[in-house]
Amino acid sequence: MKKILALALAVLMLSGTLTGCSGGEKQRVVNVCSWGEYIDTDLITQFEEATGIKVNYQTAESNEALYSLLKSGGADFDVIVPSDYMIARLIAEDMLAELNYNNIPNYAKIDQRYKGLSYDPENKYTVPYTWGTMGIIYNSSMVEEEITSWSAMFDEKYAGNVLLIGNSRDAFAMGLLYLGYDVNTTNEAEIREAYQLLANANAKGVYQGKVMDEIFQKMEGGNAAIGTYYAGDYLTMLENNEDLRYVVPEEGSNWFVDAMCVLKSAQHKEEAEAWINFIASTEASLKNMDYIWYASPNTEALEQYPAYYEETYGEPLDMELYEIMAAPLEVLERCELYTNLPSDILNLYNDLWIQLGI
Amino acid sequence: MKNRRSGFAVPYVVWMALFVVIPIIIMAVYAFTTAAFDGTLENFARMGTYLSVFLRSFRLAIIATLVCLLIGYPLSYMMAKEGPRFQKIAMVLIMLPMWINFLLRTYAWMSILETNGLINQLFQRIGIIDLYNSIAIHFVSDPANYVPITHFKMIGTSGAVVLGMVYNYLPFMILPIYSVIVKLDHSLLEAARDLGANSFGVFRKVIFPLSLPGVLSGVTMVFVPSVSTFAISRLLGGGTQMLLGDLIEQQFLGGAYNPHLGAAISLVMMLVVVVCMVVMNHFGEGEEQAVML
Repeated sequence: MKKILALALAVLMLSGTLTGCSGGEKQRVVNVCSWGEYIDTDLITQFEEATGIKVNYQTAESNEALYSLLKSGGADFDVIVPSDYMIARLIAEDMLAELNYNNIPNYAKIDQRYKGLSYDPENKYTVPYTWGTMGIIYNSSMVEEEITSWSAMFDEKYAGNVLLIGNSRDAFAMGLLYLGYDVNTTNEAEIREAYQLLANANAKGVYQGKVMDEIFQKMEGGNAAIGTYYAGDYLTMLENNEDLRYVVPEEGSNWFVDAMCVLKSAQHKEEAEAWINFIASTEASLKNMDYIWYASPNTEALEQYPAYYEETYGEPLDMELYEIMAAPLEVLERCELYTNLPSDILNLYNDLWIQLGI
Repeated sequence: MKNRRSGFAVPYVVWMALFVVIPIIIMAVYAFTTAAFDGTLENFARMGTYLSVFLRSFRLAIIATLVCLLIGYPLSYMMAKEGPRFQKIAMVLIMLPMWINFLLRTYAWMSILETNGLINQLFQRIGIIDLYNSIAIHFVSDPANYVPITHFKMIGTSGAVVLGMVYNYLPFMILPIYSVIVKLDHSLLEAARDLGANSFGVFRKVIFPLSLPGVLSGVTMVFVPSVSTFAISRLLGGGTQMLLGDLIEQQFLGGAYNPHLGAAISLVMMLVVVVCMVVMNHFGEGEEQAVML
């Protein structure tokens, strides 16, 4: 008897913890998964008040973490905001739903430049959210010269003061670009050559460490002189350390687009499209851009942002900063989007990356 | 009686089955299959590549456990000898850091150990760096080309990783040892003295053997999390001291996304840890109840 009671209690407790968060059947909801610090949260409140749809906003750490969340089947997201190469992978694996653009009239406001890109050539699955470039961030009080080339990332001169970016794709891209190869190459010899470049620099003690978001603390505090990261994050660092500079190297770099997509498994497709339409609007884009410092693909928002900034803060926007956030065409022309790599190349990246850490 | 009471264990057994046994089975299934779930041993064949990561993880975890033991044992011993007021205060001081989030504590160590961090800034201010330079210049073969240092390199070294492990897991060493020593029967110690043992003899022949179960469970509780940690090595090791935990994390959250290989590495790590524990138990010679759980 007691056994049964105990079992019943245990089951009750478990079911309580597992179903505790659902309920409220009538409430319309949309489950959004994005990156940390990647939205002005006022927008969520605004959307909820305007439409009555509740937004469950969650974050993932990286494209790869998001992918593994989706693959392990534990998540019930409707809208996700992955980057270009991951979108290509999700489309290839048939995980994204085709959008009904009639429900997303604001899609028309997205600049042509961000449509029809390699990851979604026919514009069936995505609405771009932000875009930007990857580049070298350096501390002008610690580096005498003006950095213009990826060579700085392998230069013994800065031994112990260089931060290597903590994901294999970006790290090897630096090597590939420096050697003049395509960042999306599937030629094993070229990738190995790029690896060798990094490994040699590593053996000479050039790299202080491999970092992702720890770079904020290291660059802001003057603990490292040079690092590689994304333009939007540079602008955040600049607020805390005025000596920092940003450059898109002359050899070119990666540019990226993060776009909103709806999962095939989404339970709330209509709400998801309403959310996407809201975020793509000019007003929301302006507000968001001002908060996260990543450029919007909305043509009007991009044009109006300097005026918006002046109106909000009472001082003109530094156009140099604006051009870092929204790279001008001549910079973008030497940058390339990542495409999804075949799995044997991804495995090669992974193995080489681990070898580099050993 | 015994059988009727065992009903109370049902929730725990259900819990264990759901969240310990089943996950281990799933892990084993993943470890022995390919992405298409065909049986394979290929995941284990790749293990040789990672030998150096295995060795480093175990080496650093063993060092951290020894340091914890060397600091923890004397401290627990002193504590147990002091009055109850002292014991209470000491206990709070030991537990206090554990009320702060683990990642936050490790982040704090980052800014202490940084190139431009608190310790290096202090050393620069009080002239220790200059002192070091003025001494070191006499010992290099080529003084003319001596490059004076501006800081001591602490972050990104294996020492920093060990420090992080010791700092985070030291309470797990102190608490079990302390709770064993504090409960020792005083009449045993008096008897030993009556029989002519000096205080070192009492410690060596009575106190230490009786405290061994506490030592063994302390060693287990420090060693196991140390060998599998990943955040500490990433933050304090600056990504240059890759440990098993990092390697496994990369299989799940890295670009290649290979949970099968990740499961295989986890399984091998688990086996090695279990073997270590069994060997440890052997040293305990019958006093090991506390070790496995």
